[in-house]
Order: sequence, then structure tokens, then C-alpha cells
Amino acid sequence: MVSETSAVGGTAALEPPKRRIDPIELLGRFAPVIFLVVLAAIFTSQQPAFASETNFWFLLRQNFVYGILAVGMTFVILTGGIDLSVGSVVAFAGMVAAAVAKGSNWRDVGNPDPGGSAVLLAVLAAIAVGAGAGLIHGFCVAKLKVPAFVVTLGGLAAWRGATQVMSQGTPINRFSDDYRFWGSGWILGDRVPVPVAIFAAFVIVGYLVLRFTTYGRSIYAVGGNPEAARLSGLNTTGLIMSVYVISGFCAGLSGFLLTSRLGAAEVVAGQGYELIVIAAVVIGGTSLFGGEGSVLGTLVGTLLIGVLYSGLAINNVNPYYQPIIIGVIVVLSVYLDQLAKRRRRA
Amino acid sequence: MVVSDMAAPEEPPRAPLLRVEQVSKQFPGVLALNEVSLEVYPGEVLGLVGENGAGKSTLMKILSGVYQPDGGHIVLDGKPVVIHNPRQAQDLGISIIYQEFNLMPNLSVEENVFVGREPNSGKVVRWGQLRKQTEELLDQLGVRLDPGAAVRSLSVAEQQMVEIAKALSLNARIVIMDEPTSALTDREVAALFDIIRGLKERGLAVIYISHRLEEIFTICDRVTVLRDGELAGELSIEEATPDRIVRLMVGRPLGDLFRGEEAERRLESLAARPPEPVLEVRGLGRTGTGQDPAAIVLEDVSFALRPGEIVGLAGLVGSGRTEIARAIFGADDYDRGEIIVSGKQTRIRSPREAIRLGIGLVPEDRKLQALVLNLAIRENMALSVLDRLSRFGIVLLGAERKLARDMVQALRVRTPSIEQKVLNLSGGNQQKVVIAKWLALRPKILIMDEPTRGIDIGAKAEVHGLMHQLAADGVAILMISSELPEIVHMSDRVLVMRQGRIAGELARHEATQEAIMALATGVVGTIAPAA
Repeated sequence: MVSETSAVGGTAALEPPKRRIDPIELLGRFAPVIFLVVLAAIFTSQQPAFASETNFWFLLRQNFVYGILAVGMTFVILTGGIDLSVGSVVAFAGMVAAAVAKGSNWRDVGNPDPGGSAVLLAVLAAIAVGAGAGLIHGFCVAKLKVPAFVVTLGGLAAWRGATQVMSQGTPINRFSDDYRFWGSGWILGDRVPVPVAIFAAFVIVGYLVLRFTTYGRSIYAVGGNPEAARLSGLNTTGLIMSVYVISGFCAGLSGFLLTSRLGAAEVVAGQGYELIVIAAVVIGGTSLFGGEGSVLGTLVGTLLIGVLYSGLAINNVNPYYQPIIIGVIVVLSVYLDQLAKRRRRA
Repeated sequence: MVVSDMAAPEEPPRAPLLRVEQVSKQFPGVLALNEVSLEVYPGEVLGLVGENGAGKSTLMKILSGVYQPDGGHIVLDGKPVVIHNPRQAQDLGISIIYQEFNLMPNLSVEENVFVGREPNSGKVVRWGQLRKQTEELLDQLGVRLDPGAAVRSLSVAEQQMVEIAKALSLNARIVIMDEPTSALTDREVAALFDIIRGLKERGLAVIYISHRLEEIFTICDRVTVLRDGELAGELSIEEATPDRIVRLMVGRPLGDLFRGEEAERRLESLAARPPEPVLEVRGLGRTGTGQDPAAIVLEDVSFALRPGEIVGLAGLVGSGRTEIARAIFGADDYDRGEIIVSGKQTRIRSPREAIRLGIGLVPEDRKLQALVLNLAIRENMALSVLDRLSRFGIVLLGAERKLARDMVQALRVRTPSIEQKVLNLSGGNQQKVVIAKWLALRPKILIMDEPTRGIDIGAKAEVHGLMHQLAADGVAILMISSELPEIVHMSDRVLVMRQGRIAGELARHEATQEAIMALATGVVGTIAPAA
């Protein structure tokens, strides 16, 4: 009863992988892009001006804060963490920036800031506040091993509280043109909003860092398997701390840009942003378990939310419905992503 | 063939209990099973062997209703059946005991055995009855276990008994065991084999899947070999030889399985001119574990490792073998003692520092500790040498690709591309990726914890060959293994651990399985190794 088949030599084959196109897998992978295009097409058919250049820049100008925060959040989520504090850090950093710009008499509502180097100081202060907050979060997560969700939930409450204490409930407003330039100015022949250009820079740098640097590679490794990363000689503690600093940096700068755009530093600034930002990252295909995702996906996710909000506004949908729609889309996009992954593994 | 008309009195013609007829299964891009047929008779143990990726798991999942076959039939008791889901497989009397148990750790033994089927009156569980029925089952198996004990407090072997009891309680007639001994000690393996023989006597059919050929010869009546999703051969145990099975499995003779001569030559030159040790461990000690702060994990561990030698580190599970490896590599801290690398006293506080000193660790569990499964082969291989493969923090993709291609070729990793995610590789190929990662580093000291666990025999031979080659190139290798034949076969000398201490050292010619076991258990005398 022996049936021996002929011997086959077993050397490693190195042909390129056979690509089989699986429609469901493709749908899963490009769902956000497809969805974005379809939505844009629908809104354009209802309102041709939707596809105009003016509306394009307008839309980006509406969403740059989410976008910058989402780039930082992508780093955090890639390590398997989360940063719920971004909205509150935006508020606190914005308040500090406004106060620093105005100098000693920052409570004096009547006078704008002197502009010039005061604005530079304001930017640096906002970044320092954001990165500092991120450093504290990162320390608690990486060194003290408190779950990121808890640490940044604490941050969400504490930084909002700090903002309230500082402002005593009164917003700071009236700023110089220098100060307003960063959030409301235009460059490149007055066609491109300044904050949108800054957002673009964040996306490009974020993409390049994650894609081409050893740091980026280490982030994916830590998120994919922290123990393997540590045993491969990566400084996992430092890496995990660093992503919260990056997220905090993004939140700090966004805080300044938001005050600059609105012309006011308010206690309620950035409230609820964490939800939208996390939604943008997740819709863009970054896995909440870490190790998988990209900044480009996050960009698409951000645009998707932006297009949706503006399209709903065009259609006079009550804005109270927006959170419901976002919630449904988040769950749906993760479901599609999981579906595609199961397909790939089977 | 002459058929005797005098039928052998003790063996009437039997009907197979289960027949798998030309079953095929296609996955996107792979034909996992191609018209595979096999049969199992009541009261026999059928060995199912094959390299990883040969189709064993797929076949098992078809039998348990997890997958549906694309072609062919399953015939049970002469009647074709369709198994739609695991529940139905259970009802048909097919039970599978997976490598990873399906037990609820916080529930008791009896609750696990009868989960969802507790004897009850209405909605209330009849605990007395539950206890009695569980005790009966355990008695039948000849296992002494407290039915009320929480499963998490049991050893791996005991948990396996709970799984078997559960299968019996389901009136299983066919029990499929997937690598049941991979985490058992020799003594536990012997106990398991007694139980399997008991199942046989009761007329159950057992399908026994294992990489360990010596076990196949001990317990199986017949052996079926799969290769690349096809039936490669079927042998009765009388006609089978290890060599023949291996040839069927890998489709080629394993000429380079044992590099005895080369190893001897290396040993001779080591003995003639012993080089200075590259690693010295002196009085290493560590007290306290997560559960017990007073427990002695390591005590007064001292040894030296010279370039070009392979030192085996043997001992029972929990004797401190892995802890030594992790302490040297900086993965865990130690309280006492010193570590001297290349003549320089060092205090290694993290794997990062160990790597800088030229130490590599192939850890015990490749999926949990060594690989980032979501990343490509290329990215995994480069992980510990990113600093070298980059300039100003930017990864040099060309150099990285070259490294991965060279490694894939040198280690014969079977993959369509270096861009393949490690997730999609078989166990043996994954292990090669782990080893490649450390070869890329060109370590002076390589610690390998269970370097061939769960990989098939072809890949195992290749890994062993590679270790010899590394040693010949002057790498000092410390190999931890639970497989005594591997320790005996590979080691130039053997350190045996017992309860956190080095119980003794055996030179190559002294290192028999018996001698190692005697040191490991502390029992001097005859302890017959299982199988």
C-alpha cells in the first residue's frame, strides 16, 4: 500500500507573487477612497459649485485642525495607543499662545498683541505646551504602564480644567494681523490658505517619516508586536513616549492656529475633537490594535469627514445629525476593513 | 499476493469508521488539499504527518466542520455525511483536541468538561451529578484530578486530560489530536500514551498528528503522509522507517540531516586550541516572580561559552533555562552575579545593550516574541539591524532588499516574495525568518531557545545544519531545548538545570538522554525516557 511520489528538489522560489484580484479585498482596501469619490460626486450633482476650487480650499480650511491632529493621532494609534486629550490640549495651548502673544497685560481685552516676534513666541509656547503635555502622557503610558485610554482620558479632563482656570471663563480676543496670518492668511498668489499649507506639510512629513525612516519602521514594529520589537533591540519605551509627544506637538500647534483662525482663544475650543480625529484615522484604515495604517489613509479619512459635513450642510441637514452619521461610518468602515482582512487570510 | 483462505482468527475484516474520499480544498491562490483520501478503523491510531503547509490542518478543519470541502466526500460508518459546523462534528462523534486548548481557565474541571451540557433539572445545575459524572470519566481515563479544581491551576498535561475527558463525555468515536505532546515532559507523554492506548481498547479511532517521528512509531498503527496538499503515501507501522517517512514528507532524502563529521572536526580543533570564552556567567541569581516574591528563579549559575561551540542547555520546563537566556540578553533583570562578554564585565539592562555587545536571542515563542506578523519578511529580517541599514535615519531600501533576498536564499525560506507578510508563512519558514534576523546582526553569541519547536523535520534539519555552519564560523551558540534527542545530537557539551541551578555538565560523549534526565530530575538511577 505504498505510493511514493517522485522526489522534488526544494529550493526557495523567488518569482514575484501572483496577484489575484479579489473584488471584496479591493473594496475593503479602497473603501474610504471610493466612498470619498462617490460622496463628492453625489454632492456635486446636487450642487455643481461643490466641485469648484473655491469650495475645495474652503473645505480644507474648515478641516485643517482635524487634519493636523489626525496626523499625530495616526502615530499614536499605530503603536496601539490612543490620545483622547487632543481637544483639551488644543484649547490650553491656544489659550497659552494668546496670552504669551499679548504679554503682561494679556487680560486686557481692548488691545491686540504687538505682532512680530511676539507671534513667534506664541507659536513656540503653544508647541511647548502641547509637546510637554504629550511628554507627560507618554511618560505615564510607557514608564508607569497606565493604559493610554486612562492617561489621556485624564488629560482630556485636566487640560480642559487648566484652560478654565487660566481664562477664568473669559475668552482672549483681538489679535494683530501678524497673529491672524497663520490661521486666516493666504499664500501662493492668495490661492492657498496658510493653515492648509501647514496641514499639507504635516501630511507629507508624516507620510515620509512613517514610510522611509527607521523611526517609522520602529513605530510599526512596536505597534505590531511590542515584545518582539523590544527583543529586537528597539527602545520601545522611548518610542511609545515619542508618539504622545508628536500628538501633543500637533495639538499644540493646532491650538495656536485655531486661535489665529477664529481670532479668539476660548475655553470651549477643540471640544469633542478627539472623536472626529480618531474617526478620521480609523476610517482611513489604521487599525486600533496598532501596527497597520498610514498617513495617506488618515488624509482620506479627514477629507471624507470634511466632505460629508459640508455636503450635509449644503443639503440643509440639521447639524445635530452629524455625530450619528460619523458614528455609523466609523463602525461600517472598520467592519469593511475586517472583512477584507479575513478574506486575505483565508 | 497470496490470500490465505484461513482467515486470521484474531482479525475479522473490519469496516473503516471514517473514510475521507478524494477531498479537495481550494483557497485563493493555493490548492490546500488535492483529492486526499484516507481511512481510519475503530480501535486504531492513525498517524498523520507532513511538513507545515502539507494540508494537515486544513484536513482537520474539514473534519471538524470549520471548512467545507470543494470536492470529495466524508463517509462515516459507510454513510456519506456533510459536516456543516463544529457542533455537528461533535454530534457525529468527531472530537478535536487542538494545540491551543479550548478551555475556560477560570472554570473548574467539571464545568469545563460539561460546559453547556451540565446535568440539570430545569434551569438549575445538579452539581452532585456533575461531580459524579466527571469523576467517572476521569476514572475511565485513569487520571487523578480534582473535578472542582480551576483549570488555570492545572499543568498543560492535566489540561489536556480535561480536553480528552470532554471528548469522551461527548461520546466521541474519533479523536483527533494535533501535536498533543508539544508542551509535555517525557513523563507526561508516557501518561498520555497510556490514555491513548485505553481509547484504542474501547474501540475509538485516534488520528494523531505529530512532528515527532519517534512518537509515531511508539503509538501509531498506521501512518499517512501528506505533502503539498496531496497524499504522499500510506504505510503500516511495520513497513515504515523514519527514513522512509521523511522521504515521503519532504520529497527528497535528507542527506545533510546530520553533519556528524564536520561537527567532530570542529570539536577536535576546539579541544586542541580552546579559544578564550566569549561569554562568562558567574554566580548569576534572581529571586522573585510575579506570583511569589521569595521564589528562587536562578541561583549561582556559572558557565562559560567559547567561540565556535554549541552548548546545550537542558532541564525540565520551569527549571530556569529560559530565565538564563533572558537574563543574559537583558530581557529580564537579575539580582546577583556578573556577566562577562569578550573579557569585559558588563551589566546588561536591555536587549538593546545585549545586541550592541553582539548577543542574539532566538526566543521561545516566535509569534509572541520574535516576529511582527503584519510586516513583510524584508521588514522583519531588518528589524534588529535597522541602524546599519540606514543613513541619517532613513532606511536604505536597496540594502534592505538585498539582505532579505540573500537571507531567503541562504536559509531556503519558501516564499513567493520577500514582501510576503510573515503571517502567511508556515511555522518552519517563520522560524527561518527569526534566525535570519539574528544572522543579519552577525552575532558573536547566539542564544536559541527551542530553535526547532513546532517546525517540520525538513526545516529542522536545515536549522541544525545552519547552527553547525554558524559554529564553524566562530559563533558561540547556547541552545535550549526540551527535546532530549535534539540536545544529545546537537550539543558539544550539555549544561543541565534543575530548580534554577546548574545541576551538572556533561561532555559530548557522556550526554545520553538517561544521564541528562537523571541530572534534570535529581533522581539517580534509571528513568526510561518516553519512546
